[in-house]
Amino acid sequence: MTDIKKATISGHGSRRTFLKTTALAAIAAPAVLRSGRAHAAKSTIKVGHVSPRTGALAGFAEADDYVLGGIRKMFDGGVDNNGRKVRIEIVSKDSQSNPNRAAEVAAELILKDEVDIIVAASTPDTVNPVADQAEVNGTPCITTDCPWQPYFFGRNGDPAKGFQSTYHFFWGLEDVIGAFLSLWDVPGVGKSVGGLFPNDADGNAWGDRERGFAKPLAAAGFKLTDPGRYQPLSDDFSAQINAFKQAGVEIVTGNMIPPDFATFWSQSGQQGFRPRIVTIGKALLFPSVIASLGERGVGLSSEIWWSPNHPFSSSLTGDSARKLAEGYVAAAKRPWTQPIGFKHALFEVVADVVKRTKDLERPESIVEAIRTTKLDTIVGPVDWSRGPVKNVTKTPLVAGQWQKRGGGLELVITTNKTAPSIPVGGELVLL
Amino acid sequence: MEILNALIQGVLLGGLYALFAAGLSLIFGVMRLVNIAHGDLIVLSAYLALVVVQATGLHPFVAALAVVPLMALTGYVLQRVLLNPTLGRDLLSPLLVTFGLSIIIQNALLTHFTADSRRLAAGPIETASLGIGGGLSIGLLPLAMFLAAVAVIVALEFVFSRTSLGRAFRATSDDAEIAQLMGLDRRHVYAMAMALSAAIIAIAGVFLAVRTNFDPSTGPLRLIFGFEAVIIGGLGSLWGTLAGGVVLGVAQALGAQIDPGYQVLAGHIVFFLILVVRPRGLFPRMD
Repeated sequence: MTDIKKATISGHGSRRTFLKTTALAAIAAPAVLRSGRAHAAKSTIKVGHVSPRTGALAGFAEADDYVLGGIRKMFDGGVDNNGRKVRIEIVSKDSQSNPNRAAEVAAELILKDEVDIIVAASTPDTVNPVADQAEVNGTPCITTDCPWQPYFFGRNGDPAKGFQSTYHFFWGLEDVIGAFLSLWDVPGVGKSVGGLFPNDADGNAWGDRERGFAKPLAAAGFKLTDPGRYQPLSDDFSAQINAFKQAGVEIVTGNMIPPDFATFWSQSGQQGFRPRIVTIGKALLFPSVIASLGERGVGLSSEIWWSPNHPFSSSLTGDSARKLAEGYVAAAKRPWTQPIGFKHALFEVVADVVKRTKDLERPESIVEAIRTTKLDTIVGPVDWSRGPVKNVTKTPLVAGQWQKRGGGLELVITTNKTAPSIPVGGELVLL
Repeated sequence: MEILNALIQGVLLGGLYALFAAGLSLIFGVMRLVNIAHGDLIVLSAYLALVVVQATGLHPFVAALAVVPLMALTGYVLQRVLLNPTLGRDLLSPLLVTFGLSIIIQNALLTHFTADSRRLAAGPIETASLGIGGGLSIGLLPLAMFLAAVAVIVALEFVFSRTSLGRAFRATSDDAEIAQLMGLDRRHVYAMAMALSAAIIAIAGVFLAVRTNFDPSTGPLRLIFGFEAVIIGGLGSLWGTLAGGVVLGVAQALGAQIDPGYQVLAGHIVFFLILVVRPRGLFPRMD
C-alpha cells in the first residue's frame, strides 16, 4: 500500500508499477479480509450457486426453484458436523447464459458474499468460468452438467497435476460415443454416419479428429462424413444435406442447439434426405423441443444422463429418481427434464461434504472432504478417487429414443450396454 | 449440380435475410434510426402468432392476418410513446433506447413463455418440395418466403412512390424540419413508418416460427445478417435490400460448399469487399 502512495505522490513511479501494485493489492485483499474473520466455530455455511436462469441456456435451470426449494427445507434443519448442527445457506445467482457474467457473479459470491463453497451447473459456459474463479481464490468448488473434456481441457487442465480446489462430476465424450454406438447396433442400418458439429465448445470437442467421434467410429466399422464445423444459429444446411446424400448416410449424429436441428430437419425433408436413425446430443434433451417438432419429432434419439427409471435414490431425502421427477411434474405442471437429477445431486454432495469436513473454517479442509467423497446420489455414485483424470468423476450414461407412449412422447431407454444397472424400457424403432 | 443447388438454396436464403432486413431498411431510410430491438420484435411477433394459433387453432399463415395489424399498432404506439421523444440531433439516445427495449422484450418473453424452444406447426408444407429435375428440389416453404420478401419490397416501393404517405416519408427523410414547416406532423409520419416496419416484422416473425425453433433469446442473432443485407444493398434502397440479402445468401451457400466453417465467413468477406469497393452499397439512395 505504501508503494502506491509513493508512486502517485512523488510522480516517479510509472503507470505500469502503479497498475501492478494496485492489481497485487486487489488480489491480496480477499486474503486480508478472510484472516480478519472471527475464528469461532461456524454455525452457518454459505453455499454460492451459479446457474443460467435467463438467456439461451435457461432450459437447463428451469427446475432450480423446485430443486432449491426442496433442498433449502432440508438444509434449514441443519446438517451434522463434528457433533454440532450446521445450517447451510444457499445464495443463488444468475449467469444470464453468459460466460463473462458467470465469472462476474462467481467473483461476487466469493469476494462479497464470502461463500464457503461454490457450486455451478449447466454447460461449459457456466461451469468453466465459475470453476476458474474458484481456483484462483482457493474456494472449494463442485460442478456438474457439462461433459468432462470441455471442463478439464477447456480450462487447460493438466491430467498429471489436476486442479487445487475445483471438482466436477458428469460423463465424458467416450461415454456418449459408447452409448451412441450401442444404440446404433441394430440390424438393417448401413454403417454410414453423418456428423453435424457446430463451431462451439461442445461441437469442437465432439468433432475433434483425435479426441472426438472420428477414431472410435472408424474402429467400430462406421464411416463418418463430417463436412466441417458450422456456425451456431445457421440458416442453411443444404451443403451438409448434399454431402450426406452423396455419401449414402443412414445415421445422423452431432451436437446441436434446438433451432439448428429444427432448420436442418425441415431442410432434410424438403430436400429428400431420409436417414434411418437420428441421434443428436443437446438439441433433443428437452421434451418441449420434441413437442415443437410435431410428428417429425417421433423416433429421434438422444443421450440419457438421468431419467425417472434410473435405479438410484437421493442420499438426502431417500426419494427415488421417480419420486423426484414426479414431484417436479406435479409442482410445475411441466414434463420432467434430465438436469433435475443432477441439480439435486449437486446439493447432495454439498451436504455430504459439510458433514465430513474436519474444520469448516479452513477451505483446505473442505477441499479434502470433497476429494474423499464416496456417495451414492440420485444420479449414481460420486467418487473422485475413481476419475478418468484428477478432479473429475463420471456418472453412468445410456441412450434412448423419443417414442409415443400413452398420450404423449416419452424418452425410452433402448440401450444400456454402457451402464447395465439402468433398465432398458424398449427397442429402437427405425425412422 | 452441387454448385447449382447451392445457388438456388442461396437465393432462397437471401429471401429470408431480405425479409428480416426490409423493416430495418425502411425505418433507417425514413428516420435514421438503427433499431437494435428489430430481431427481438421478430421473435415477439413469433410468440404473438403462437398465442393466436393456440387460442384459435388457425393455420399460422391465417393467424398472420391477426398478427400483422396487431404488430403494426404496437409499432405505432411504440414510436409515439417511446422513440419519438428520443429522436433529435443525437444518434445515440434512440439507439440506446432500442437496446434497452431489446433486453426488456427478451426477459418479458422469458418470464411469460419460459425458455422452451417453440415452433408453429404448419403441416405438410414444412417439408414439401418441388422437384425441378436433376435430383434438385426447391422447398415450398423457402420459396414462399422468397416470394413474400419480393411481395413486401414491391408493396413498399408502391407505398413510397405512389402514395401520399410515401411522399410524406420521402419528404421527412430528405429534411424533417422543412417537412414540418410544410404541415407534415413528423411524429405521425415516423410512427406510421414504424407501424409499417412492424407489419413486415410480423410477416418475418410468422415465417421464422414456421421455419425453425425460436426461444426468447434468439432475436439478436437474427439481426446481424439483416444489417449486412441493408448495407450491401445501399442505405435507403428497398430493392437494394433484397439484392443485398441474395448476395449474402449466395455467398454463404457457396462458402458452405467448400466447408461449412466458411459459410458465415464467406458472407462477411463479401460484405467487407463490397464495403471496400462501393462504401455506400450497391444501390445507394442517400448519403
